Amino acid sequence: MTFNEKFNAFKTILVKEYLRFIRIWIQTVLPPAITTALYFVIFGNLIGSQISDIDGYSYMDYIVPGLILMAVITNSYANVVSSFYSAKFQKSIEELLVSPTPNYLILAGFVSGGVARGVIVGIVVTLVAMYFSDIQIHSLTLSFTVFLLTAILFSIAGFINAIFARSFDDITIIPTFVLTPLTYLGGIFYSINMLPEFWQKLSLINPILYMINSFRYGLLGVSDTDISSALFIIIIFIISLFSYALYLLNKGTGIKS
Amino acid sequence: MKALQINQLKKRYKNGTEALKGVDLEVNEGDFFALLGPNGAGKSTTIGIISGLVNKSSGNVQIFDKNLDLDPSTAKSYIGLVPQEFNFNQFEPVKEILINQAGYYGINRRMASKRAEKYLRQLELWDKRRSMARELSGGMKRRLMIARALIHEPRLLILDEPTAGVDIEIRRSMWDFLRTINQQGTTIILTTHYLEEAESLCKNIAIIDHGIAIENTSMRKLLAQLNMETFILYLDKHINDLPQCIPGCGLRIIDQQTLEVDIEKSNSINQVFKTLSEHKINVLSMRNKSNRLEQLFMHLVEKNRHNKELVETLIQTSHENIAVEQP
Ligand SMILES: Nc1ncnc2c1ncn2[C@@H]1O[C@H](COP(=O)(O)OP(=O)(O)OP(=O)(O)O)[C@@H](O)[C@H]1O
Ligand SMILES: [Mg+2]
Repeated sequence: MTFNEKFNAFKTILVKEYLRFIRIWIQTVLPPAITTALYFVIFGNLIGSQISDIDGYSYMDYIVPGLILMAVITNSYANVVSSFYSAKFQKSIEELLVSPTPNYLILAGFVSGGVARGVIVGIVVTLVAMYFSDIQIHSLTLSFTVFLLTAILFSIAGFINAIFARSFDDITIIPTFVLTPLTYLGGIFYSINMLPEFWQKLSLINPILYMINSFRYGLLGVSDTDISSALFIIIIFIISLFSYALYLLNKGTGIKS
Repeated sequence: MKALQINQLKKRYKNGTEALKGVDLEVNEGDFFALLGPNGAGKSTTIGIISGLVNKSSGNVQIFDKNLDLDPSTAKSYIGLVPQEFNFNQFEPVKEILINQAGYYGINRRMASKRAEKYLRQLELWDKRRSMARELSGGMKRRLMIARALIHEPRLLILDEPTAGVDIEIRRSMWDFLRTINQQGTTIILTTHYLEEAESLCKNIAIIDHGIAIENTSMRKLLAQLNMETFILYLDKHINDLPQCIPGCGLRIIDQQTLEVDIEKSNSINQVFKTLSEHKINVLSMRNKSNRLEQLFMHLVEKNRHNKELVETLIQTSHENIAVEQP
């Protein structure tokens, strides 16, 4: 394939993925907006008013970065896992497998679709957050970098989940039993400095903690973790998961008999 | 040039099924090639490997001048596949399916849209272009898969039972369509269980059984192997006794007004007519008992099965002998 042909193939996958979730925006974009609004009302307004400031920010402001990033994480993951699994389930993935499109472009196309949903949902949730709090962005570049890298990382993770999934149940197991707990324990609602020492140490092995804290640093300028090592960890994760996903795709795991 | 060359292709599925046990196959460029075999013979497995949907265990596949392992991208771009089972997104509109498929071959949207119109019209699906795939009838879905396979104008079109469940009128128009694109230069490989279809369309033929190609020759040569033809004659009068023996012919009474006649290739059926008219019996009408290729096919497959059983019995008896010898 020439460069131009590859570009057309990539664009086809991306546009198709984008249209898929935009057509059903009531199921894909609206729910995170509503959920976040509820979090702000309950935790920010009602409960938050009883809680003292953390790192110099009101509780409402403090939870904004985590809530935005949580929406990015769940949505980019959910997009790729359900789209790729249903392509597998309906066998329409064979349309791509018989074509000359190289595997890395198939992977990149699906991941970009997940990133597109993560970014759009992230922006919607940010708009909701701006209605409830008036945060000043500390570093736009850092915020956006972390936001994008997180979307990429969890899109790839969703892809790997879909490769191994054999039933529709399998695509909800990881989000329910791994992703959600790690996100909630990743310091969305608290600073790990508030935890006893043992739990502080344990929290440090949760990769999501680093993402939420770097994003919080981008938005608010406060963090529990070191930013450059956080970025390093995210990038290492992206590279290794991308290589692993590509390896699985080349081998045909879960898609070729 | 050869459009397809397969050497010693083997496939063992994860569950242990040995679907292919060393298939060799050659298809010339421009050919209209029939790939036949009973259910479970390994036709779809072979096609799956050629088109990159199934991982082979060993062997070699060459598509035109490209080796499938060394240059999969180019090799795949030569092929258009109509799979045995529906494999499109049921919730996608018909025209979108074609345009996206074109995109995966690197074709830009404007060109893809033009081609989609061309093939949807040719396959009489243009009226359905906005329907979701699941709203099509079974025969329409088959035609949609043909249009999809042609969207990048492949040099080699592989059809895995494209006419299964298609009514006779549409089947005939599909035949005409396939003949036309074959005449325009597309090499076609067709699998089907309708043997008259293979006989009327294909120039060359391979028969696969139990994962082995048991025949790979021209249709003409294969049919020439058949030295007996069976006719059914409908008579105007009751017939009670068989007419006296006619050399080179075997006669059987089916019912009192129907006669079955086996005739060797070297003999003429005139002899039968003559004998009957001597008995003042006229023939009202006559037809071929069954399709010629069908008879041959059954014969070859049965022979293969018989050989296999023979080998198995031999192996078994030799094992038993050894078992007896060992205390
Ligand atoms: N995914 C699979 N896993 C395990 N075994 C399989 C798989 N697909 C096919 N087989 C087995 O491989 C053998 C060949 O199957 P294949 O589908 O190639 O036959 P076929 O010639 O296309 O038959 P049909 O005319 O029924 O379509 C069969 O024994 C089948 O059960
Ligand atoms: Mg088959």
